[in-house]
Amino acid sequence: MLKGRVAIVTGGTRGIGGAISSLLAKDGAHVAAGYSKGEETARKFKEGLEKGGSSISVHQGRVDDPTDCQRVVQEVIDKFGRVDFLINNAGITIDKTVRKMNADEWHQVLAVNLFGAFHMTKAVLEHMIERGSGRIVNISSVIGETGNIGQANYAASKAGLFGFSKSLALEMAQRGITVNCVAPGFIETEMVAAIPKAALDKVIERIPQRRLGKPDEVARLVRFLIDDDSSYVTGAVYTVNGGLDM
Amino acid sequence: MGRVGIVTGGARGIGAAITSLLAEDGASVVVMGLPPDRERTEALRASLNGAAKRVHFREGNVAHYDVCKGIADEVRAQYGQIDFLVNNAGITADHTIRNMTVEEWQAVLAVNLSGPFFMTKAVLEHMVERNYGRIVNISSVVGHTGNFGQANYASAKAGVMGLTKTVALEVASRGITVNAVAPGFINTDMVAAMPKAAVEAAIQKSPERRLGQPEEVARVVRFLLDESSGYITGAVYDVNGGLYM
Ligand SMILES: NC(=O)c1ccc[n+]([C@@H]2O[C@H](COP(=O)([O-])OP(=O)(O)OC[C@H]3O[C@@H](n4cnc5c(N)ncnc54)[C@H](O)[C@@H]3O)[C@@H](O)[C@H]2O)c1
Repeated sequence: MLKGRVAIVTGGTRGIGGAISSLLAKDGAHVAAGYSKGEETARKFKEGLEKGGSSISVHQGRVDDPTDCQRVVQEVIDKFGRVDFLINNAGITIDKTVRKMNADEWHQVLAVNLFGAFHMTKAVLEHMIERGSGRIVNISSVIGETGNIGQANYAASKAGLFGFSKSLALEMAQRGITVNCVAPGFIETEMVAAIPKAALDKVIERIPQRRLGKPDEVARLVRFLIDDDSSYVTGAVYTVNGGLDM
Repeated sequence: MGRVGIVTGGARGIGAAITSLLAEDGASVVVMGLPPDRERTEALRASLNGAAKRVHFREGNVAHYDVCKGIADEVRAQYGQIDFLVNNAGITADHTIRNMTVEEWQAVLAVNLSGPFFMTKAVLEHMVERNYGRIVNISSVVGHTGNFGQANYASAKAGVMGLTKTVALEVASRGITVNAVAPGFINTDMVAAMPKAAVEAAIQKSPERRLGQPEEVARVVRFLLDESSGYITGAVYDVNGGLYM
């Protein structure tokens, strides 16, 4: 049970982030779910969870903007008193081969997926250090391990999260703060729904289990890692991909 | 959990923590072990209250295929099913290669690497038939990093990672997941047998500056054995306090 605990989940109102928010909230935590756009989706998500008796707030802000990150974290601390868990889940794709990818497309993806995790971490870290406890989980991707045609920016951002997590894990190892990555394979969300059907069929062919994963299958791994009893797991990358990365 | 499974070496150390956690969670656990493990299983049961009735002992050495097959068949006949297998039994025989005998090499490989292969083979047809199974192999941080004086142990534990991934691929479409858990230095008899200075050095090297507890490994195993963990396969989950990243 996570009663009395507070989690921030970036990109926490839909897809994998939505499943994480729901699970942690159902388990008793207050969840502060971040979103950048899609106010309507966020409002509905909040109402849905509240109907189920969960404690949830939604916060607009861009993780690629350090000022927004500071503001949202401050909002959460002011209103809910503390932050126990930070789940860096917000992510975008802009797929093009390197030959066609421009600097802006490169930079945008890095800015959200990798710099965003840095900005959010900076915003909560002193608070966690003062309290002598915290859990940070970064949602990376199988693509960070394997690379992927047309995803140089995405793969670099997700591989970057491995290096970021491990360095931070080392820096925080004696402060009661664990930092880990979850690396999902292809999961049934809007991000994957955007892949053309023929391409998606090809992807599924390559997955040893021949199926996509479900957001809940990722969420329960995050739930496991943020547990008080998971304190000896740090700097780790836990994969959940139907066997895709072997 | 209501499931049935085998934990090799499940009477002591990490294995005992796994057995306890699973039994408390409602699973029936068959502990497979060497003769001294019979009494250890009794002691473990005594500590378990209500869950004790779900823990049973079968004597057998994982280094012999016929023994593994015999026990798997017996368990299957008695309980009607085998849902999970935890290959945890392990030994060490530490010497630098210059001083390591061929027997020491073979003994460690036989228990730590051939054992998991034999046990997997012994349960696999049954799991394939039922289209369901969970296998967790206990590897070690040493399988990633190597370790002075542990050529045999490190080879076996790295081998376990290769075995895990290969079996995972071969049965991926059969409802069976196969994963490895790689613990760092955990406070058990195995570590207690290390020279004191070596343990101290291991702690100093570990970012969290402590040994792990058997329960901290057991809960990762428990997580992977869960029915809902079906999309996790071929993975190596580290639990090492940051010792190897
Ligand atoms: N303790 C650690 O720091 C550590 C770290 C990483 C990995 N591991 C691994 O975790 C597993 C458990 O280690 P532990 O520390 O609990 O060890 P342990 O020595 O306390 O327990 C091992 C158990 O395995 C049994 N066993 C040994 N050989 C067997 C055989 N041939 N057939 C059947 N049973 C046999 C033993 O009787 C004993 O009950 C081992 O695979 C070990 O390599 C341990």
